[in-house]
Amino acid sequence: MKENPTLGEVLKEQGVSRRGFMKFCAATASMMALSPAMVPTIARALENAKRPSVIWMSFQECTGCTESLTRSHAPTVEGLIFDAISLDYHHTLQVASGHGAEAAREEAMAEHHGKYLLIVDGSIPLDNPGYSTIAGISNLEMLKEVAEGAAAIVSVGTCAAYGGLPYADPNPTGAASVSDIIKDKPIINVPGCPPIPVVITGVLAHYLTFGTLPELDHLGRPKAFYGQNIHDRCYRRPFYERGEFAETFDDEGARKGWCLYKLGCKGPTTYNACATTKWNEGTSWPVEAGHGCIGCSEPNFWDGGGFYKALSVPDTKVGETIMKAGAVGLAVGAAAAVWNKKQKSAAVENRETITVNDLSKES
Amino acid sequence: MDPNVLLNWARGPGFEIALAIFVLGMLLRLLEILSLGKKPDLSAPRGSGPQGGMRTVVSRTFPRSAVLKKEPLRVINGYILHIGFFVVLFLYEPHIEFFKSSFGLSWPGLPSGMVDAISAITILSLIGALIIRLNNKVMRFLTTPGDYVAWVITLLPVLTGYLAFNHLLLPYTLMLAIHLLSVELLLVVAPFSKLTHMFSFALARWYQGYQAGRRGVES
Repeated sequence: MKENPTLGEVLKEQGVSRRGFMKFCAATASMMALSPAMVPTIARALENAKRPSVIWMSFQECTGCTESLTRSHAPTVEGLIFDAISLDYHHTLQVASGHGAEAAREEAMAEHHGKYLLIVDGSIPLDNPGYSTIAGISNLEMLKEVAEGAAAIVSVGTCAAYGGLPYADPNPTGAASVSDIIKDKPIINVPGCPPIPVVITGVLAHYLTFGTLPELDHLGRPKAFYGQNIHDRCYRRPFYERGEFAETFDDEGARKGWCLYKLGCKGPTTYNACATTKWNEGTSWPVEAGHGCIGCSEPNFWDGGGFYKALSVPDTKVGETIMKAGAVGLAVGAAAAVWNKKQKSAAVENRETITVNDLSKES
Repeated sequence: MDPNVLLNWARGPGFEIALAIFVLGMLLRLLEILSLGKKPDLSAPRGSGPQGGMRTVVSRTFPRSAVLKKEPLRVINGYILHIGFFVVLFLYEPHIEFFKSSFGLSWPGLPSGMVDAISAITILSLIGALIIRLNNKVMRFLTTPGDYVAWVITLLPVLTGYLAFNHLLLPYTLMLAIHLLSVELLLVVAPFSKLTHMFSFALARWYQGYQAGRRGVES
């Protein structure tokens, strides 16, 4: 194989048929809401794309995002696309360790300065740099250093995109998202806990095809994948419209596949591709498996008052508030009653008799 | 601000504060009314006061035929608006879920699509109420700024709920947050505006009915 093969050559070598490759291109085009006429363009661009250098930084994370990607499903075109980038640095996947690993990162940074893609998963602690370090370098310092020469940054997972679990109240490490820290680079957020594998590869495919970032929404997410509301695309939506809800996880409604709104489903406030793309090669997705959406692609989803609380239910102790406010209300009301009575009797006592003379106009 | 943060606040601390003000304010107002008292009536009663009171609390729910004939539009619109508001508030499944989780009581709801239609009718009826008010010279004269405030405060929860349900105007998350905040505004304003009538109507009717009943006259 050539020193610097194109993506097309890599795929051919891996035994991907032309038909399989074109199918992937068509799927990518439709997922990104592009015209079918764009399929040959995508195919041509991908085939001729040089393997871009990618540096993957893992900060305060659980490796779930990497697991999602690598264990997505047996070799597919998406998987091979991922193979076909030059992943120059990734803690979990690289062979090198220690100084060798850091040397690989520095080499990639120097060689592809201004051109490499930086992928980040995990949030960055701002409180004490010692909370999370790699090779003795704090996450903050390393992010700034690597971001400096990056063409673009992809924040993979909700932790990198919005802070995620480490950011959840009370945020003990002072966790921050990538976009909280880096302001002068284009950033694509690919949130999810974890994100759908095909969404990650889709974003990479878009970058390889067009050399630009996809269109983003107000939370920095690619609109092609995060433009749809889970609730709007949910196959259980008709049950919501009819007012048929599962009340518990094992009742008649749950068995009949009714809407999971009352069991805390956050589909109505969540934007992601789960309902259409699904997981595990289109096998299923959380709602289809019988569990409400937890809203993992939205900022602060951990602090929404519990995954099993319906959206219309307040995150407070209503009864307790009523009792307390009621007690205070009774006391204040009684005090007001006494005060009013006093005012009244004072007015009666101090009443001055008015005569006709008092009412006459003064000339 | 991120809509999710706003929504979390509206579902948490915001609701707690609004609910506390509502309960406290309502009790304060009602206790004040109840403790007003009245001068002892020394005349011999010609009928039963409590009986008249109870009768009037119920009978005033229905329109008087003379009033209905004189202003059918205003009376019927008033019913549509009140019944519509009740249906939307108490028979929408997500709302019932709120009452169930808060008080342990639940009841069957209506299909969401039906509630959606009724909320649209309620909004139109509220707009109708304002038009009727502005077109009537006497009513316009009697109207205070407080009436307009009460109108807006009542309209907002229904309107934002309708917009949220139908995913109109703003992203759902933000609209839901605004909907909850508008409900919280209603809770805060209700005890200190004419919306107090949601509870005080019974006291007023009782008082009128009691007076009439005691005198042995119709109320």
